[in-house]
Amino acid sequence: MSLFAVNKPLPPRTRSLVTVLSFVLPLVIWSLVSYVPFIWHPQTLISEPGSVSYFKADMLIDNAIFETELAKARDAGTALPQGSPANPGYLPAPHEVVTALYTAFTTEPTRSSEKWLHESLWSSIEVIFWGFVLSSIIGIPLGIMAGTFDFFSRLFEPFIEFFRYLPAPAFGALAVAILGIYQAPKIAIIFIGTFFQQVLVVANTTRKLDPALLEAGQTLGASNRSLIFRIVIPGILPDLYRDTRILLGWAWTYLIVAELIGTSSGITWFITQQARYKNFDNVFAAIIIIGILGLTIDLLLAWLGRRLFPWQRVNH
Amino acid sequence: MTDLELPDYRHQSDTVRDRFERLKQRPVTMEVKNLTKEFSTRTGSVTALKDINLTIHKREFVCVIGPSGCGKSTLIRILAGLESATSGQVLLNGKEVTKPGPERGMVFQGYTLFPWLTVKENIMFGLIESGQDRGSAEADARQWIDLIGLARFENHYPNQLSGGMKQRVAIARALANQPKILLMDEPFGALDAQTRAKMQAYLMEIWKNIDITIFFITHDLDEAVYLADRILVLKAHPGEVQEIVEVPVPQPRHPGQFLSPEFLATKRHIEQLIHPPAAHGDDDDDKLNMVRMVNVNDDVGSVF
Repeated sequence: MSLFAVNKPLPPRTRSLVTVLSFVLPLVIWSLVSYVPFIWHPQTLISEPGSVSYFKADMLIDNAIFETELAKARDAGTALPQGSPANPGYLPAPHEVVTALYTAFTTEPTRSSEKWLHESLWSSIEVIFWGFVLSSIIGIPLGIMAGTFDFFSRLFEPFIEFFRYLPAPAFGALAVAILGIYQAPKIAIIFIGTFFQQVLVVANTTRKLDPALLEAGQTLGASNRSLIFRIVIPGILPDLYRDTRILLGWAWTYLIVAELIGTSSGITWFITQQARYKNFDNVFAAIIIIGILGLTIDLLLAWLGRRLFPWQRVNH
Repeated sequence: MTDLELPDYRHQSDTVRDRFERLKQRPVTMEVKNLTKEFSTRTGSVTALKDINLTIHKREFVCVIGPSGCGKSTLIRILAGLESATSGQVLLNGKEVTKPGPERGMVFQGYTLFPWLTVKENIMFGLIESGQDRGSAEADARQWIDLIGLARFENHYPNQLSGGMKQRVAIARALANQPKILLMDEPFGALDAQTRAKMQAYLMEIWKNIDITIFFITHDLDEAVYLADRILVLKAHPGEVQEIVEVPVPQPRHPGQFLSPEFLATKRHIEQLIHPPAAHGDDDDDKLNMVRMVNVNDDVGSVF
């Protein structure tokens, strides 16, 4: 069978193979760029400074400068500098990042007031959690009301539609002024970034519920209250769950901006700190940790979703 | 069809006439008085239903048939209380209908079972709404499930059932509330021919054994003549009552009657009402103009 049949699932084996490929492919590209000397490698890692006064061992120098100095030394007949092709410091090789992934957790912070990586991570997770939970507690009921009653739709949605175009980080200064410099303003930014989208998305999901189900409920004698609690909510639950998963992803994207507000904290603090020390392998490690964490949570929620809504499975 | 020698559809045998006499003596379950429905659109208002009058007696089976656009669905939705009439009244046992309620059960073409509830829980839905506690609602639901022959499926979800089974559950769910009238909006329209015949038989069986009046919309002539005591024939643009036909086929009905003279005579009459033989000029845009587009290869001269 063709690999490119329109709207047809691949055979199971090919399918899992391609899924693995989706991760292997970028890894291969990264490895090629890192380990094959003639691909990119725009700089030279000095191993022997030779006669060049400003060269030092383990220094990274642009290839062009190295070539000029090498030519000069050769012309002058002095000791030749030696070096090997290298990538810039901001692109560490895969094995360096893997080592960093491990050492980042085991290395003591440089100052006693600073946090371990796992403490930073935990602080980030707390910010996301509270921002998202607060947003959901208010946003989901509002969305359901707006999706069910035209009255609430008219009352909430025009303003929210306006507000959601205001970028959440723009409220950073305001949040700090009101809520101080620690966790609260960060949670507020996650809240602002999530809440307005959430109301609109949930309202839309609610509106997509088959109106015939509501009519059937009415002809069975359901009151407005019953229509909401016994038809609307159970009816949209699987879609609501999926929306929540997607919105949680959005909340993560606001994390980095949120954590820069007030005193920088969490994984963002770790990343900016490590970038300042030019430990780019640690920066990569931290970014990858965020990715792994996000993906793991999403897969976990997807797995849970399949168990929560058994009526969506067909088994004749 | 013109070759066939058929009796007048108005001719009723003594037993049939006698039955209609007695039927009209029964108490009135539903009365529709001067019902008119207009929809406003951008180009002005459209009359969907005009001046409908109808009296349905207790335990009568009334079918509605008509061309598309005659407002059949609008009519049944108004009777259910899902839409309101522009003018006129709908009375159920003398009380005006203003909103949906469990005393008028409804079965939709699209099944509309709640997908997150099992068969049993679907049937319990209305019972719990009416204030029954879970225990007795469950007992009632079980009886209904037995009655529709789905005992093995009581804990199945709707998406595990076939179309016919779903519609049986939907009927049981509506009947469990003990409605005065069962409104059915093309309930078997989505089913294949065999399943549909089976469902018609089930419905007749239920109708015979339960105290229920049925108002049934269909676009299938055979179905209408086979099921109904009387058939309300509507015409389109605007939706008006064209005729109310008393079906002369004796009760109880059985599939053997499909080719009986009374059956065919009634069917032919209604067919002529819905699709009048004289085609009017305004139907022209409905026809294909094949001559211009066909490029015939002469190998096969004619399909006939």
